[in-house]
Amino acid sequence: MRSRALGTLVALCGAGLIALLVYGVSALSPSRTLDQALASGQRPLAPDARVELPVLGGGGLQALSAHRGEVVVLNFWASWCPPCEEEAPLLERAQPSLARNRATVLGITYKDTTTDSQAFTRRYRLSYPILRDSTGAFAHAYGTDKLPETFLIDRSGRVVAISRGEVGSAFVDRAIALARGT
Amino acid sequence: MTTALARALLLCATGLALALTPGAAAASARASLPAIEREVMCVTCKIPLEVAQSPQADRERAFISTLIAAGDDEAQIKRALVAQYGPSALALPSTHGFDLAAYLVPLAALLAVLTLLAVLLPRWRRAGAPRARAGPAEVQAAAPLSPEDAARVAADLSRFD
Repeated sequence: MRSRALGTLVALCGAGLIALLVYGVSALSPSRTLDQALASGQRPLAPDARVELPVLGGGGLQALSAHRGEVVVLNFWASWCPPCEEEAPLLERAQPSLARNRATVLGITYKDTTTDSQAFTRRYRLSYPILRDSTGAFAHAYGTDKLPETFLIDRSGRVVAISRGEVGSAFVDRAIALARGT
Repeated sequence: MTTALARALLLCATGLALALTPGAAAASARASLPAIEREVMCVTCKIPLEVAQSPQADRERAFISTLIAAGDDEAQIKRALVAQYGPSALALPSTHGFDLAAYLVPLAALLAVLTLLAVLLPRWRRAGAPRARAGPAEVQAAAPLSPEDAARVAADLSRFD
Protein backbone atom coordinates (compact mmCIF):
# COMPACT_ATOMS: atom_id res chain seq x y z
CA MET A 1 0.00 0.00 0.00
CA ARG A 2 2.74 2.36 1.10
CA SER A 3 5.05 1.40 -1.80
CA ARG A 4 2.18 1.96 -4.26
CA ALA A 5 1.68 5.49 -2.89
CA LEU A 6 5.41 6.07 -3.22
CA GLY A 7 5.37 4.85 -6.80
CA THR A 8 2.45 7.14 -7.61
CA LEU A 9 4.28 10.08 -6.04
CA VAL A 10 7.43 9.38 -8.09
CA ALA A 11 5.35 9.05 -11.27
CA LEU A 12 3.59 12.35 -10.52
CA CYS A 13 6.92 14.11 -9.95
CA GLY A 14 8.24 12.73 -13.26
CA ALA A 15 5.09 13.78 -15.10
CA GLY A 16 5.33 17.25 -13.54
CA LEU A 17 8.93 17.64 -14.69
CA ILE A 18 8.07 16.54 -18.22
CA ALA A 19 5.10 18.96 -18.31
CA LEU A 20 7.37 21.78 -17.13
CA LEU A 21 9.92 20.93 -19.83
CA VAL A 22 7.24 20.84 -22.56
CA TYR A 23 5.77 24.14 -21.36
CA GLY A 24 9.22 25.76 -21.23
CA VAL A 25 10.14 24.65 -24.74
CA SER A 26 6.80 25.74 -26.19
CA ALA A 27 6.73 29.08 -24.32
CA LEU A 28 10.27 30.04 -25.26
CA SER A 29 10.30 28.91 -28.88
CA PRO A 30 9.04 31.40 -31.45
CA SER A 31 5.33 31.16 -32.19
CA ARG A 32 4.24 30.42 -35.75
CA THR A 33 0.55 31.09 -35.12
CA LEU A 34 0.47 34.04 -37.52
CA ASP A 35 2.17 32.08 -40.30
CA GLN A 36 -0.23 29.16 -39.85
CA ALA A 37 -3.27 31.45 -39.88
CA LEU A 38 -2.06 33.13 -43.09
CA ALA A 39 -1.33 29.77 -44.68
CA SER A 40 -4.90 28.68 -43.99
CA GLY A 41 -6.26 31.78 -45.69
CA GLN A 42 -7.07 33.80 -42.55
CA ARG A 43 -6.03 37.35 -41.79
CA PRO A 44 -5.12 37.34 -38.08
CA LEU A 45 -5.25 40.51 -36.01
CA ALA A 46 -1.81 41.99 -35.41
CA PRO A 47 -0.87 40.96 -31.86
CA ASP A 48 -0.06 43.40 -29.05
CA ALA A 49 -1.34 46.33 -31.13
CA ARG A 50 -2.16 48.33 -28.03
CA VAL A 51 1.18 47.76 -26.32
CA GLU A 52 2.99 51.08 -26.07
CA LEU A 53 6.69 51.12 -26.89
CA PRO A 54 9.21 53.96 -26.49
CA VAL A 55 9.83 56.03 -29.58
CA LEU A 56 13.48 55.81 -30.64
CA GLY A 57 15.32 58.94 -29.61
CA GLY A 58 12.68 60.06 -27.11
CA GLY A 59 9.26 61.46 -27.84
CA GLY A 60 7.24 59.31 -25.47
CA LEU A 61 5.42 56.10 -26.17
CA GLN A 62 3.50 54.86 -29.16
CA ALA A 63 1.49 51.75 -29.98
CA LEU A 64 0.88 50.05 -33.30
CA SER A 65 -2.81 50.87 -32.82
CA ALA A 66 -1.93 54.56 -33.29
CA HIS A 67 -1.60 53.67 -37.00
CA ARG A 68 -5.02 52.03 -37.25
CA GLY A 69 -6.56 53.14 -40.54
CA GLU A 70 -3.16 53.06 -42.24
CA VAL A 71 -1.41 50.23 -44.03
CA VAL A 72 1.64 49.41 -41.90
CA VAL A 73 4.86 47.74 -42.96
CA LEU A 74 6.03 46.57 -39.53
CA ASN A 75 9.77 45.99 -39.81
CA PHE A 76 11.83 44.44 -36.98
CA TRP A 77 15.51 45.37 -37.26
CA ALA A 78 18.73 45.98 -35.35
CA SER A 79 21.88 47.87 -36.19
CA TRP A 80 24.01 44.73 -35.82
CA CYS A 81 22.07 42.82 -38.48
CA PRO A 82 23.70 42.94 -41.97
CA PRO A 83 20.50 42.06 -43.92
CA CYS A 84 18.78 44.97 -42.11
CA GLU A 85 21.40 47.25 -43.66
CA GLU A 86 20.53 45.83 -47.07
CA GLU A 87 16.77 46.39 -46.77
CA ALA A 88 16.76 49.75 -44.94
CA PRO A 89 17.41 51.82 -48.09
CA LEU A 90 14.64 49.92 -49.93
CA LEU A 91 12.13 50.64 -47.16
CA GLU A 92 13.18 54.28 -46.98
CA ARG A 93 12.71 54.66 -50.76
CA ALA A 94 9.19 53.22 -50.41
CA GLN A 95 8.20 55.46 -47.50
CA PRO A 96 7.18 58.58 -49.56
CA SER A 97 4.91 56.47 -51.80
CA LEU A 98 3.43 54.78 -48.78
CA ALA A 99 2.91 58.04 -46.91
CA ARG A 100 1.02 59.52 -49.89
CA ASN A 101 -1.43 56.62 -49.64
CA ARG A 102 -2.19 56.51 -45.92
CA ALA A 103 0.50 53.96 -45.21
CA THR A 104 3.83 53.84 -43.42
CA VAL A 105 6.83 51.76 -42.55
CA LEU A 106 6.99 51.30 -38.76
CA GLY A 107 10.40 50.19 -37.60
CA ILE A 108 10.86 48.22 -34.37
CA THR A 109 14.41 47.94 -33.04
CA TYR A 110 15.13 44.82 -31.10
CA LYS A 111 18.08 43.81 -28.88
CA ASP A 112 19.90 46.97 -29.83
CA THR A 113 21.18 49.99 -27.92
CA THR A 114 19.52 53.35 -28.46
CA THR A 115 22.76 54.93 -29.62
CA ASP A 116 23.51 52.16 -32.13
CA SER A 117 19.94 52.31 -33.48
CA GLN A 118 20.13 56.09 -33.79
CA ALA A 119 23.47 55.87 -35.60
CA PHE A 120 21.86 53.37 -38.00
CA THR A 121 18.90 55.67 -38.73
CA ARG A 122 21.29 58.58 -39.39
CA ARG A 123 23.49 56.47 -41.67
CA TYR A 124 20.51 55.35 -43.80
CA ARG A 125 18.56 58.63 -43.33
CA LEU A 126 15.47 56.77 -42.18
CA SER A 127 12.46 59.06 -42.00
CA TYR A 128 9.76 56.59 -40.90
CA PRO A 129 8.76 56.20 -37.24
CA ILE A 130 10.79 53.76 -35.16
CA LEU A 131 9.93 52.24 -31.78
CA ARG A 132 12.14 50.33 -29.35
CA ASP A 133 11.15 46.85 -28.17
CA SER A 134 13.44 46.89 -25.16
CA THR A 135 12.08 43.72 -23.53
CA GLY A 136 11.65 41.63 -26.68
CA ALA A 137 8.04 40.83 -25.64
CA PHE A 138 6.52 42.60 -28.67
CA ALA A 139 8.83 40.72 -31.06
CA HIS A 140 8.00 37.46 -29.26
CA ALA A 141 4.28 38.04 -29.91
CA TYR A 142 5.07 38.08 -33.64
CA GLY A 143 7.24 34.97 -33.38
CA THR A 144 10.29 37.04 -34.21
CA ASP A 145 13.60 35.65 -33.07
CA LYS A 146 15.78 36.35 -36.09
CA LEU A 147 16.20 39.61 -37.92
CA PRO A 148 15.02 41.18 -40.10
CA GLU A 149 11.35 40.21 -40.15
CA THR A 150 8.55 42.26 -41.70
CA PHE A 151 4.76 42.10 -41.39
CA LEU A 152 2.30 43.77 -43.74
CA ILE A 153 -0.76 44.99 -41.81
CA ASP A 154 -3.90 46.27 -43.52
CA ARG A 155 -6.06 49.24 -42.49
CA SER A 156 -8.20 47.12 -40.18
CA GLY A 157 -5.14 45.98 -38.23
CA ARG A 158 -4.89 42.50 -39.75
CA VAL A 159 -1.69 40.78 -40.87
CA VAL A 160 -1.83 40.03 -44.60
CA ALA A 161 1.77 39.04 -45.37
CA ILE A 162 4.91 38.02 -43.53
CA SER A 163 8.54 38.11 -44.58
CA ARG A 164 10.80 36.18 -42.22
CA GLY A 165 14.08 37.43 -43.62
CA GLU A 166 15.15 40.37 -45.76
CA VAL A 167 12.31 41.94 -47.77
CA GLY A 168 12.61 42.33 -51.51
CA SER A 169 11.02 44.84 -53.87
CA ALA A 170 8.06 42.45 -54.46
CA PHE A 171 7.06 42.70 -50.79
CA VAL A 172 7.36 46.49 -50.84
CA ASP A 173 5.39 46.71 -54.11
CA ARG A 174 2.65 44.61 -52.51
CA ALA A 175 2.52 47.03 -49.59
CA ILE A 176 2.22 50.01 -51.95
CA ALA A 177 -0.49 48.24 -53.96
CA LEU A 178 -2.41 47.47 -50.75
CA ALA A 179 -2.12 51.12 -49.71
CA ARG A 180 -3.38 52.29 -53.10
CA GLY A 181 -6.18 49.75 -53.00
CA THR A 182 -5.15 48.26 -56.33
CA MET B 1 49.95 47.48 28.51
CA THR B 2 47.70 50.56 28.47
CA THR B 3 49.71 52.03 25.57
CA ALA B 4 49.34 48.82 23.56
CA LEU B 5 45.60 48.82 24.15
CA ALA B 6 45.33 52.47 23.11
CA ARG B 7 47.30 51.73 19.93
CA ALA B 8 45.07 48.79 19.07
CA LEU B 9 41.94 50.89 19.57
CA LEU B 10 43.39 53.69 17.43
CA LEU B 11 44.22 51.19 14.69
CA CYS B 12 40.68 49.77 14.76
CA ALA B 13 39.13 53.24 14.68
CA THR B 14 41.30 54.25 11.71
CA GLY B 15 40.40 51.08 9.83
CA LEU B 16 36.70 51.60 10.51
CA ALA B 17 36.86 55.23 9.39
CA LEU B 18 38.62 54.23 6.15
CA ALA B 19 36.09 51.51 5.46
CA LEU B 20 33.19 53.89 5.96
CA THR B 21 34.47 56.65 3.67
CA PRO B 22 32.53 56.93 0.36
CA GLY B 23 35.74 56.58 -1.66
CA ALA B 24 36.55 53.24 -0.11
CA ALA B 25 32.99 52.03 -0.58
CA ALA B 26 33.03 53.09 -4.22
CA ALA B 27 36.36 51.42 -4.77
CA SER B 28 35.08 48.12 -3.33
CA ALA B 29 31.90 48.18 -5.48
CA ARG B 30 33.73 49.25 -8.62
CA ALA B 31 32.71 47.13 -11.59
CA SER B 32 35.18 45.39 -13.87
CA LEU B 33 34.66 44.26 -17.45
CA PRO B 34 35.82 40.62 -16.91
CA ALA B 35 33.49 40.23 -13.90
CA ILE B 36 30.47 41.54 -15.82
CA GLU B 37 31.37 39.56 -18.95
CA ARG B 38 30.92 36.38 -16.92
CA GLU B 39 27.38 37.35 -15.92
CA VAL B 40 25.92 38.65 -19.16
CA MET B 41 25.19 37.18 -22.57
CA CYS B 42 26.04 38.13 -26.11
CA VAL B 43 22.44 38.76 -27.20
CA THR B 44 22.90 37.72 -30.82
CA CYS B 45 25.23 34.73 -30.33
CA LYS B 46 23.31 33.55 -27.20
CA ILE B 47 26.50 32.51 -25.35
CA PRO B 48 28.18 34.17 -22.34
CA LEU B 49 29.87 37.40 -23.32
CA GLU B 50 33.22 36.29 -21.88
CA VAL B 51 33.56 33.61 -24.60
CA ALA B 52 31.76 35.45 -27.42
CA GLN B 53 33.80 36.69 -30.38
CA SER B 54 31.57 38.70 -32.69
CA PRO B 55 31.05 42.34 -33.69
CA GLN B 56 27.94 42.47 -31.47
CA ALA B 57 29.91 41.07 -28.49
CA ASP B 58 32.51 43.81 -29.04
CA ARG B 59 29.73 46.42 -29.10
CA GLU B 60 28.38 45.14 -25.81
CA ARG B 61 31.87 45.23 -24.30
CA ALA B 62 32.27 48.82 -25.51
CA PHE B 63 28.88 49.72 -24.01
CA ILE B 64 29.85 48.16 -20.66
CA SER B 65 33.26 49.90 -20.71
CA THR B 66 31.54 53.26 -21.26
CA LEU B 67 29.35 52.67 -18.21
CA ILE B 68 32.32 51.55 -16.10
CA ALA B 69 34.17 54.70 -17.13
CA ALA B 70 31.11 56.73 -16.11
CA GLY B 71 31.41 55.20 -12.61
CA ASP B 72 28.40 52.85 -12.69
CA ASP B 73 28.49 49.82 -10.42
CA GLU B 74 27.68 46.25 -11.47
CA ALA B 75 23.97 46.44 -10.64
CA GLN B 76 23.54 49.70 -12.55
CA ILE B 77 25.37 48.27 -15.57
CA LYS B 78 23.19 45.17 -15.57
CA ARG B 79 20.06 47.32 -15.37
CA ALA B 80 21.33 49.41 -18.30
CA LEU B 81 22.02 46.26 -20.33
CA VAL B 82 18.50 44.97 -19.66
CA ALA B 83 17.04 48.37 -20.61
CA GLN B 84 18.89 48.29 -23.92
CA TYR B 85 18.90 44.63 -24.92
CA GLY B 86 16.11 43.14 -22.83
CA PRO B 87 16.22 40.48 -20.11
CA SER B 88 18.01 38.03 -22.42
CA ALA B 89 21.18 40.07 -21.81
CA LEU B 90 21.53 38.49 -18.37
CA ALA B 91 23.18 35.09 -18.03
CA LEU B 92 21.26 34.17 -14.87
CA PRO B 93 17.51 33.49 -15.13
CA SER B 94 15.27 36.15 -13.58
CA THR B 95 13.44 35.48 -10.32
CA HIS B 96 9.93 35.71 -11.70
CA GLY B 97 7.70 33.94 -14.21
CA PHE B 98 8.83 30.71 -15.82
CA ASP B 99 12.49 31.53 -15.06
CA LEU B 100 11.72 30.90 -11.40
CA ALA B 101 11.59 27.19 -12.28
CA ALA B 102 15.36 27.26 -12.75
CA TYR B 103 15.70 27.88 -9.01
CA LEU B 104 12.71 25.92 -7.72
CA VAL B 105 13.09 22.68 -9.68
CA PRO B 106 16.55 21.77 -8.29
CA LEU B 107 15.29 22.53 -4.77
CA ALA B 108 12.18 20.42 -5.31
CA ALA B 109 14.31 17.61 -6.77
CA LEU B 110 16.61 17.70 -3.74
CA LEU B 111 13.61 17.59 -1.38
CA ALA B 112 12.12 14.67 -3.33
CA VAL B 113 15.39 12.71 -3.17
CA LEU B 114 15.71 13.37 0.58
CA THR B 115 12.10 12.28 1.14
CA LEU B 116 12.67 9.12 -0.88
CA LEU B 117 15.80 8.32 1.10
CA ALA B 118 13.98 8.96 4.38
CA VAL B 119 11.28 6.49 3.36
CA LEU B 120 13.44 3.85 1.68
CA LEU B 121 16.52 3.68 3.91
CA PRO B 122 14.70 2.34 7.03
CA ARG B 123 12.88 -0.15 4.81
CA TRP B 124 16.17 -1.39 3.26
CA ARG B 125 17.70 -1.60 6.71
CA ARG B 126 14.79 -3.70 8.01
CA ALA B 127 14.94 -5.99 4.98
CA GLY B 128 18.72 -6.44 5.34
CA ALA B 129 18.68 -7.28 9.07
CA PRO B 130 17.36 -10.95 8.90
CA ARG B 131 19.89 -11.78 6.16
CA ALA B 132 22.72 -10.37 8.25
CA ARG B 133 21.53 -12.39 11.24
CA ALA B 134 21.38 -15.59 9.16
CA GLY B 135 25.16 -15.47 8.50
CA PRO B 136 27.31 -17.26 5.91
CA ALA B 137 26.71 -20.78 7.31
CA GLU B 138 23.09 -20.63 6.30
CA VAL B 139 24.03 -19.41 2.84
CA GLN B 140 26.42 -22.36 2.51
CA ALA B 141 23.76 -24.78 3.71
CA ALA B 142 21.27 -23.38 1.28
CA ALA B 143 23.51 -24.18 -1.71
CA PRO B 144 25.54 -27.38 -1.10
CA LEU B 145 28.08 -28.49 -3.72
CA SER B 146 27.23 -31.44 -5.93
CA PRO B 147 29.58 -34.49 -5.64
CA GLU B 148 31.08 -33.63 -9.09
CA ASP B 149 31.77 -30.01 -8.09
CA ALA B 150 33.19 -31.10 -4.73
CA ALA B 151 35.53 -33.54 -6.53
CA ARG B 152 36.66 -30.82 -8.97
CA VAL B 153 37.32 -28.35 -6.16
CA ALA B 154 39.30 -30.99 -4.26
CA ALA B 155 41.34 -31.76 -7.41
CA ASP B 156 42.04 -28.08 -8.01
CA LEU B 157 43.09 -27.50 -4.42
CA SER B 158 45.39 -30.54 -4.44
CA ARG B 159 47.29 -29.05 -7.38
CA PHE B 160 48.21 -26.06 -5.19
CA ASP B 161 49.55 -28.24 -2.35
